[in-house]
Amino acid sequence: MIHRIWGGMIALSFIFAAFTGRMEALSSAVFDGAEQAVQVALMLLAFIAFWLGILRIAEAAGLLRALARALSPLVRLLFPDIPKGHPAEGYILSNMSANFFGLGNAATPLGIKAMKELQKLNDRPERASRPMITLLALNTASITLVPSTVIGYRAAYGSADPAEIIVPAIIASFAGTIVALFIDRLFQRRSRDDADRGG
Amino acid sequence: MPAFVTELSDWVFPGVIAGVVTLGLLRRIPIYEAFIDGAKEGFTTTLDILPHLIGMLIAVQMVQASGLMAWLIDISAPFFQMLAVPADVVPLALLRPLSGAASSAVMLSIFAAHGPDSWLGRLASIMQGSTDTTLYILAVYFGAVGIRRYRYALWVGLFADAAGLTAAFIVHRLFFGPPA
Repeated sequence: MIHRIWGGMIALSFIFAAFTGRMEALSSAVFDGAEQAVQVALMLLAFIAFWLGILRIAEAAGLLRALARALSPLVRLLFPDIPKGHPAEGYILSNMSANFFGLGNAATPLGIKAMKELQKLNDRPERASRPMITLLALNTASITLVPSTVIGYRAAYGSADPAEIIVPAIIASFAGTIVALFIDRLFQRRSRDDADRGG
Repeated sequence: MPAFVTELSDWVFPGVIAGVVTLGLLRRIPIYEAFIDGAKEGFTTTLDILPHLIGMLIAVQMVQASGLMAWLIDISAPFFQMLAVPADVVPLALLRPLSGAASSAVMLSIFAAHGPDSWLGRLASIMQGSTDTTLYILAVYFGAVGIRRYRYALWVGLFADAAGLTAAFIVHRLFFGPPA
């Protein structure tokens, strides 16, 4: 599916640019995109290296196990496929906590670490497993206590109360997350037969 | 409460780091070695992600530069109008799952034109703040572990965005009322 979407985006863009005479803009867009990706990756490298370092300490100190034990029912509810006591529990919970407390740059490394643990449970490593997609749904809906980037921009544009959107944003992202989890479950049910057949 | 919450978020980041490091010290863990070990893993992980990011961001830039995105925004305008979504935030809604930078630029242009405390400015803020960039998350999370077959992941992600944006629209009405 990703092949068709990616290919479609590029092919359709070419056709569109041909008709609207934006070929020059299109060719510079290619390099802009690549350059942007490298910049983003460099920023990610800084966050990932730092947070994976801290995470390793937290793990050795038994913090992740404690977190998993305290909030295990939540993981069991959202990720029934993960065996009880698996290290993925701790990483998933730390990813959710980082999102919640607005540590956006920590959430990504922790989420990646959780994905790696889920990959160990995945019997077909090139194919997304059900818990992986649930984790993805949680992260795209992103419940956050403080949308700090938006608040920063509001302050920069002279808002009288930059933080006034916090409560509505929490409610909206919470509602969005519930719906996302619900949809995820619907898809899970639909794809169960398909998974058994190996498709 | 909001002032307290923003204050809290300043404390969380240094607090977490100091807390983890102190606990490690108390438990007599070789914390510096542990940190370096973990940080090393960051390099290979970033290298795994980079090709996916390059592929995705190039496609996203091309869709925007070719006028394809503008056309999609145009043809979907009547549909959004039917749902009483103001035309100014339509580009934000459509760009949000593709590119955080692009949807943020739409939000900032609304701030510049109407002010962040206007009805539209608040709506844009809540929409931007209540969802994340699905395509980026897919590329990064699945790229890091080499997942090639996304199955229904993209649909769940896009539905999650649609749900978050719809919720943002409704909650905004409840808090700030209809347009003046």
